[in-house]
Amino acid sequence: MDVSQYLGIFLDESREHIQTLSDQMMILEQEPENQDAISEIFRAAHSLKGMAGTMGYKRLQHLTHVTEDCFSDIRSGSMAVTSELMDVLFQALDAIEGYVNTIQESTDEGDDDNENIVNEINRIRAAATGKGDAAPAPKKEESADTAEGGADVAPANDKAAYRNIKLDESAKGVMEDAIVAGKHVFGFSVYIQETCLLKAARAFLVIKALEDMGEVIATDPSSQDIEDEKFDFNFSLFTICDNDIDTAKAAIMSVSEIEEAVGEEYTVEMMQNFGGAAAAEEAPAESAETKEEAPEVKETAPAVKQETAPASKAENAGKPQAQAKKPVISKTIRVDIEKLDTLMNLVSELIIAKNTIVSAADGGESSSQTLNEQVEYLESVTTNLHEAVMKVRMVPIESAVNKFPRMVRDLEKKLDKKMQLTITGEETELDRTVVDEIGDPLMHLIRNSADHGLEHPDERAAKGKPEMGTIFLNAYQDGNSVIIEVGDDGKGIDVEAVRAKIVERGLASEETAAQFTDKEVINYLFDPGFSMAKKVTDISGRGVGLDVVKSNIESLGGDVSVKTKLDEGSTWIIRLPLTLAIIQALMVIVGEEKYAIPLDSITTIESVQESDLKLVQGKEVIQLRGTVIPIVRMSNILGVESTHNMDEDMIVVIVKKGDSQAGLVVDELMGQQEVVIKSLGKYINTDRVISGATILGDGEVALIIDANALI
Amino acid sequence: MEELERYVEDKATQYIVVNLGIEHYGIDIKYIDNIVKVPAIRRVPNIEDYFKGVINLRGEVIPVMDLRLRFGMEELEYTGKTRIIIVKLDPQAAMGLIVDEVEQVLDIYDSQIEKVSAEKKEETNGYITTVGKTDRGLVSILNLATVIGEKEQQI
Repeated sequence: MDVSQYLGIFLDESREHIQTLSDQMMILEQEPENQDAISEIFRAAHSLKGMAGTMGYKRLQHLTHVTEDCFSDIRSGSMAVTSELMDVLFQALDAIEGYVNTIQESTDEGDDDNENIVNEINRIRAAATGKGDAAPAPKKEESADTAEGGADVAPANDKAAYRNIKLDESAKGVMEDAIVAGKHVFGFSVYIQETCLLKAARAFLVIKALEDMGEVIATDPSSQDIEDEKFDFNFSLFTICDNDIDTAKAAIMSVSEIEEAVGEEYTVEMMQNFGGAAAAEEAPAESAETKEEAPEVKETAPAVKQETAPASKAENAGKPQAQAKKPVISKTIRVDIEKLDTLMNLVSELIIAKNTIVSAADGGESSSQTLNEQVEYLESVTTNLHEAVMKVRMVPIESAVNKFPRMVRDLEKKLDKKMQLTITGEETELDRTVVDEIGDPLMHLIRNSADHGLEHPDERAAKGKPEMGTIFLNAYQDGNSVIIEVGDDGKGIDVEAVRAKIVERGLASEETAAQFTDKEVINYLFDPGFSMAKKVTDISGRGVGLDVVKSNIESLGGDVSVKTKLDEGSTWIIRLPLTLAIIQALMVIVGEEKYAIPLDSITTIESVQESDLKLVQGKEVIQLRGTVIPIVRMSNILGVESTHNMDEDMIVVIVKKGDSQAGLVVDELMGQQEVVIKSLGKYINTDRVISGATILGDGEVALIIDANALI
Repeated sequence: MEELERYVEDKATQYIVVNLGIEHYGIDIKYIDNIVKVPAIRRVPNIEDYFKGVINLRGEVIPVMDLRLRFGMEELEYTGKTRIIIVKLDPQAAMGLIVDEVEQVLDIYDSQIEKVSAEKKEETNGYITTVGKTDRGLVSILNLATVIGEKEQQI
C-alpha cells in the first residue's frame, strides 16, 4: 500500500490532534480530576498513534504510545497529575510535534529516538505505579497486556458474550461518566428461544425495554445487523440504566420467547480493565498492519534520505540547492462545504451570463438592450464571486493563537512569575496568508508582556495588584479591518526611561528628546536594535522584537500602535486589513498618472480654495470643521508636474490613520473601483508611499498609494 | 586521447547573448522566463534611476531596469530591436532587463569560461565575474544576483 498520498491528510490531522492534546493537557494541569480532558487526551493520543502506525512512522508511534500509556495510568487513577509529570509530557508533545515537522519537511520522521523523554516518562511511571519499568520495550508490555486480558476473559462464563463486545473509547468514556454520575452500567447477553420466528422483533423489544429505563450504548452485532436479523439466537449489549440489574433483567425476560439473559453490573474499574482487553486486542492488529506496510515505506524512505542529505550539506554552496529543502507538502485549507456550494452556484450563474452575452453579441442591433442588462448582471455576479472566494480564503485566527496558552505556561515557569492568558475573539476570521504570518508578531508581543510588562509577584503585591498577572489577547472586526489587541496589566512603559535611553544611545540630543511627545518617544521602541531590557534573557531583550513585529505587520498591510500607562499596563493594538488581495480604492490622477488610494483610509473628499490654505511652521494646513489638517501635495511627493489650474478649487482627499489626518492634494478624481493588489516585487525599494500596483481594465498599471505613510 | 577526455568532461551551458552598444553580455538561459518587446512602462516615483518602472506582463506587475543605466552607460531611445528580458532568480520574483537587442542563443563550454581579474570585478561592481571566450568574441556573463540588486540591499 502506498501511503504517500495520505501524507497531507496525516499532517493536517496530526496537527489537529497535537493541538487537542496541548489544549486538554493545559486543562488537565489546572484540573487534574477533569475526566473529560483525560478522555479527550486519550482519544487524540490514540488516534495519533494509530495514524502514525498506518503511515509507518515507528518512532512517532512509539513515543505516542508511551505517552498514551501514561495517560491511561492517570485515567485509572494509579498515577497522580504532578507538575513534574506534566513537564515531561509537554516535552514529549514537543517531540511529537518535532516528528511531524520533520515529516512535513522530508516525508521522513528523522532518526531521533527521543529516548531521554521515553525513559523519563517510564521512570516517573515506575515511581508512581511500580509497573512502568517494564516499559522500555513497549511491545513486550503490549503482549503482556494481551496475555492478561486473555487470562481475564478465558475463565469467564461462556454465555457472558457481552465481555467480548468491542467498545470504542467514546462509548467507554460515556459509560464511565455514567457510573461516576451514579447510574448503573450493565453488560447483557440475551438468548432467544431457538424456535422463535421473529427474532429481530424480539431483539427490538428487548432493546426498547432497556431504552425505556436508560440508554443502550453498544450492541453486538450492530443494531443494524440485529434489525436485519443477521444474528444467531443471541446478542449482547451494554446499557446505562437508572434501575438496578434485577429490574433490567426482569424487563428483558418480560419479552416473550426470551430464553435467558446473562448480565452483570460494571464498575469504573471493571470498565477500565475491559478497555485494557479491548485495546490489547486492537494493538496487535495495528502492529500487524504496520509490518505489512513497513517494507514499502522503507523502500521510499532511503531514497528520500539520499536526496535530502546532500541537499542539506550543499546548503551553503549556493541558492539553487537550498530550494530542495522547502517543505514537500503544499498548503491546504479546510473549506466549509457551504462556501464551496455558493462558489459553484456563482460560477454557473457566470456561465449563464456569458452565454447570454455570446448570443446577444450574435443577435445584431435589437440586442443591445439585453447586452446592457447582461453586463450589469455579470458585474453583480463577479462581485459576489469575489466575495465568495475571499470567504473561502478566510480562516479563524484560532490556529495562530491556540499555541499561546501553552507558551505562557512555559514562560510562567521560566520567568518565575504568576500569569494567566485570556484570549477572546479567536473565531475572528482573516485571510489565510495573514493568519499564517501573524503568529510570530503576536508571539513577540506576548513574550514581551510576560518578560517586560508583568512584574514579579512580590512587586505586584507591593503595588496592591493581584499576584497573578494577566496577559490578554482580544481580536475583533472593526469595519474593513481586524483589530488584535495584546496587552498586560503590568508596569507599563516608563516613558522617561525610554527618553533617557534615546539620549544615552545618541539618537537625539537631550533638548530634542525633551521636546518629544510621549508618542514620539514610544515610537523609538520600534527602532531596530533598541532594547529596553535591563538584562538580556533568552525570552526577549536582544533588541530584535518590536522592530520585527512592526515590519512583519506592515508587510501585511497593517499597522501597530501602543497605549500604555505607568503601573497599569500596556496594550499593543494591531490593525490588519480584512483581505489582502482585493480592495476598494479611489482612483485619482496626479500629473498624468493614475493612482489608487485605499478607500478605508479615506474619510472625506473636500474642495478647497487655494486661499483657504494657511501656513503653520512653514507647512501648509487647512482648517476643516475645527480641525487643523496638514496638506500634502501629491505632485511634489510623486515628483510630477501638477496639471491643476491655479484658479480652480483644489481637490483634497482627507485620509486618516488612527487619530491623525492629512489632506492629499490630487489633480483629478476618477471614481471608486475595486482593485486587485499586486506587489511591486522585492527588488524595487520605494519610499513606502507606494504600497503596490494594480492593473486597470485597459491593461494600464496604476500604483497604489499607502496613505498611512504620508501621515 | 587527453583532448577527448577533456571534450567529454567539458559541459556546455546555454546563454542568451544580448548587446549593449558593441558589447556582448550572456545571460544563463535557465533564469530567463521570457523575452518581450517594450510595452508601456509605468513610472514609479522615488526609486533608483536605473529602474524604469513597472510593466504589465499578462496580469503580472514586473519591475524593469535599463541595463545601460545600471552599467553606467548612456541612455538610448528604445527602438524596434529593444527587448526586455524577463528573468526569475526565484520563482516569486521576476525582473525585466532592458537591452539594446538580443543576438542569439549560444553554447559556452566550461573550458571557454574564465574568471575576470579582481580589478575588472571591482570596476563592474561585481556584475560580471566571468567571461566566455567564444569564436564570436568575448561574452561577459552577467552575475544576475548582483545585477538585480540583491547584494545592494545588504549594504
